Amino acid sequence: MEQGEVIIRVAGSAGDGVASVGDTLSKLASRSGLGVCAYNSYQSVIRGGFVWLQIRISNEKVYTHGDNPHILIPLNQAEYERHKDSVLPGGFIVYNEDKVKVTEKRSDVNYVGLSLRQLAPEQAKQPIMQNTLLVGSVVKITGLDRDLLEDVVRKSFGGKKGEEVAKANIDVINAGYNNTNITYDFGIRKQNKQYYVITGNYAIATGAVIGGCKFYSAYPMTPATSILHWFSANAKKYGIVVKQLEDEIAVINAAIGAGFAGARAMCATSGGGFSLMTEAIGSAGMTETPIVVVNSMRGGPSTGLPTKTEQGDLFQALGASQGEYPKAIIAPKDVVSCFYLAPEALNLAERYQMPVILLIDFLLSNGYYGVYTSELDPSKIKIERGEIITSVNGDGYHRYKDTPTGVSPRVLPGTPETYYVAATDEHDEKGILISDIFTDEVKRKKMMEKRMRKMEHVVKEFPLPTVEGDEKPDITLVGWGSTYGVIKETAQLLRKEKVKVNHIHVEYLYPVKKEISDILSKYKNVVIVENNYSSQYAKLLRMETGYHIDKSILKYDGEPFTPLYLLNEVKRYL
Amino acid sequence: MPVVDIKKYQVELNPTWCPGCGDYGLLRGLQTALAKLDIDPSRVVIVSGIGCSSNLPHFIKGYGYHSLHGRSLPTAQGIKMANPDLLVIAAGGDGDGYGIGVGHFVHACRRNLDITYVVMNNQIYGLTTGQTSPTSDFGSKTKSSPDGNYEFGLNPILVAIASGATFVARTFSGEPEHMSEIIAKAIQHRGFALVDDISPCVTYNKKNTYQWFKERIYKLEDVGHNPYDISQAMQRASEWEDKIPIGIFYINPDKPSHDQIDPVIRDGGVVNKPIELTEEQKKEILQAFL
Repeated sequence: MEQGEVIIRVAGSAGDGVASVGDTLSKLASRSGLGVCAYNSYQSVIRGGFVWLQIRISNEKVYTHGDNPHILIPLNQAEYERHKDSVLPGGFIVYNEDKVKVTEKRSDVNYVGLSLRQLAPEQAKQPIMQNTLLVGSVVKITGLDRDLLEDVVRKSFGGKKGEEVAKANIDVINAGYNNTNITYDFGIRKQNKQYYVITGNYAIATGAVIGGCKFYSAYPMTPATSILHWFSANAKKYGIVVKQLEDEIAVINAAIGAGFAGARAMCATSGGGFSLMTEAIGSAGMTETPIVVVNSMRGGPSTGLPTKTEQGDLFQALGASQGEYPKAIIAPKDVVSCFYLAPEALNLAERYQMPVILLIDFLLSNGYYGVYTSELDPSKIKIERGEIITSVNGDGYHRYKDTPTGVSPRVLPGTPETYYVAATDEHDEKGILISDIFTDEVKRKKMMEKRMRKMEHVVKEFPLPTVEGDEKPDITLVGWGSTYGVIKETAQLLRKEKVKVNHIHVEYLYPVKKEISDILSKYKNVVIVENNYSSQYAKLLRMETGYHIDKSILKYDGEPFTPLYLLNEVKRYL
Repeated sequence: MPVVDIKKYQVELNPTWCPGCGDYGLLRGLQTALAKLDIDPSRVVIVSGIGCSSNLPHFIKGYGYHSLHGRSLPTAQGIKMANPDLLVIAAGGDGDGYGIGVGHFVHACRRNLDITYVVMNNQIYGLTTGQTSPTSDFGSKTKSSPDGNYEFGLNPILVAIASGATFVARTFSGEPEHMSEIIAKAIQHRGFALVDDISPCVTYNKKNTYQWFKERIYKLEDVGHNPYDISQAMQRASEWEDKIPIGIFYINPDKPSHDQIDPVIRDGGVVNKPIELTEEQKKEILQAFL
């Protein structure tokens, strides 16, 4: 087995408390200075279904939840049957004997069966306590810190009211710990490192708020919902207007209203909600109103795979709304980049007075990742609002003034001595409609060119993606969004097999920087890796630059890539 | 009655409406009401959707947002929530507000944010050259209902009262003074105020004409209507065809407006406050993930 890390899979039904086991273990790991990454695969049901959560704990920072587990914690019989073969040779299956019957045992796996009925003290015999019992046992097996575990549990049941519950839990932890007689040295040692454990959604929310987001609206939709939860819980504390509205159409239009009024506004949804928003996204382009829209992608089309991951909405973002208007599409590659790109998206939206779309996916939205505390540095977040005029002198204000950058200085409603109308109909520099009876080809052309000119300036300031790895590679992997971690790790595995590899990850997707094709042209064996069916980024790149990546590794079964899966696929091209 | 100078709200641009359109009446009524209340035009934001009537923001001095078809209310609410110091008025037509935007209408009533919503109700789609609208009377003949409308008209007054609006009124473009008084009261009301203005379409609606209304209209204040009594309000709101009441149907002074409840909006909103968090706040935000 790999030294210095342990992969634990908890499998049960919705309602069994799978997530709470993951939560406890990730907190324990991060407080021990260990790297952690957790992925939760679940069904769109409240009770029942198949849920598994995999958590990888390591001496180093980890980028994926890994492949097969060292330790399986099945919370019921069906999940035991489903996952028992996945356990790595030499691994462990830790289970509650009252619930799971093991008949045939694998010779290469250690079985740790504990009976909640026999071991738990009287006041703690509720079925949910089996999770605590089994966590206690896993801590013993792996050598993780029991005292810290008690501390984590005590904190999660904090307050006077929780003391009794915390005590009951700690008794059960000890029962699990003390009745486990087998241990294994995974090589995990407490580290002197400080980690945050954060999801992509939380990283976007916190980054945006540090970046001055003052208005957030949403309608609940998996996998974007936890952004709404974070905002709702923190609205009062940080002075943010947070609204759950009647539908996604209201959500985006209200956010645009807030952006027009001068608040840094953001909203989030998934593909279905994004579909409803698209008309309004175009209107923000036309009225030149800043707005950030997060689309956390799930499997599509239609309601598709509500709780599964995919990168299938790039073209949807690209084609959002009728007609042509300036916009940017950005896809953070990990939680650190979520933290910085959300405020950057707000900056771009306000500087260029246009919609900015942030594309993430289920994996990144809801996966828990440990990142060094130094990696999320609020002092690196700068608020840039673009040109806002606070007083107007003389001969009338032209809201849509034709300028060399296409950006016209704006006044916010309420500014004295002036006024203007922002119109989704085509208009002149003053905002007066040229549609209907005033149609004027010259003005139309001028305004269209003014707006679209923004794109030339936007693309200039986009940074180029960095190339990681060998200079003269046998293979070059290209990706965008949440596949960064798994591509990085697969590259490491390839290097162990003496394969020379590099990888390029594009975060600023649109407008496309032509230089990306120049970089790629230098390499002879370029392969695109995407969590979709039709390789949308490769198509976009070809459309915009003519450079064609004809080799692809695509996955669209709802689950994310894992390192060994990708390694295996890459070998086709070696 | 003192002379009110509405020049403060007039712009050079002439409306694009047909001669005789009821929307002129509403425009003038709104300008008069704002002038009566002596509100600085730069504090006013008029938000509309799409349709003939939704061109209104261009014809009145003040900030404006001419949004998408049916979306004036969410946009207006976003503006008001971000900056409650602004006087926000949503404007549009019956197709815009009671058709494509009816979902937002119901929720805006329920939310009770301090916004005035004026609807120029002509019971027809004007801009698209005369099809049935959600408020077209049963049996009325239009381009999309040549044999007479098979559907029954929506009653916006009843919908608004039932949905929780706290000020519900009807005006008539043929009664300009009465209208401007009611709009002024609607603006002064703290909460969501609907003013459904009967605004005849002289080009496409051959049934619901000025004359048709003049024969039927009466004023609620003339019959001793008590607008604080919801059951009376609903009863009066149900009248149509034979007798059509105008005036204030319903006022609920007890229900707080949304901007009085939400602590951030109540506190003055976000636009006029510093945008950057304090260093302690920034640190605290991340502490939660340790």
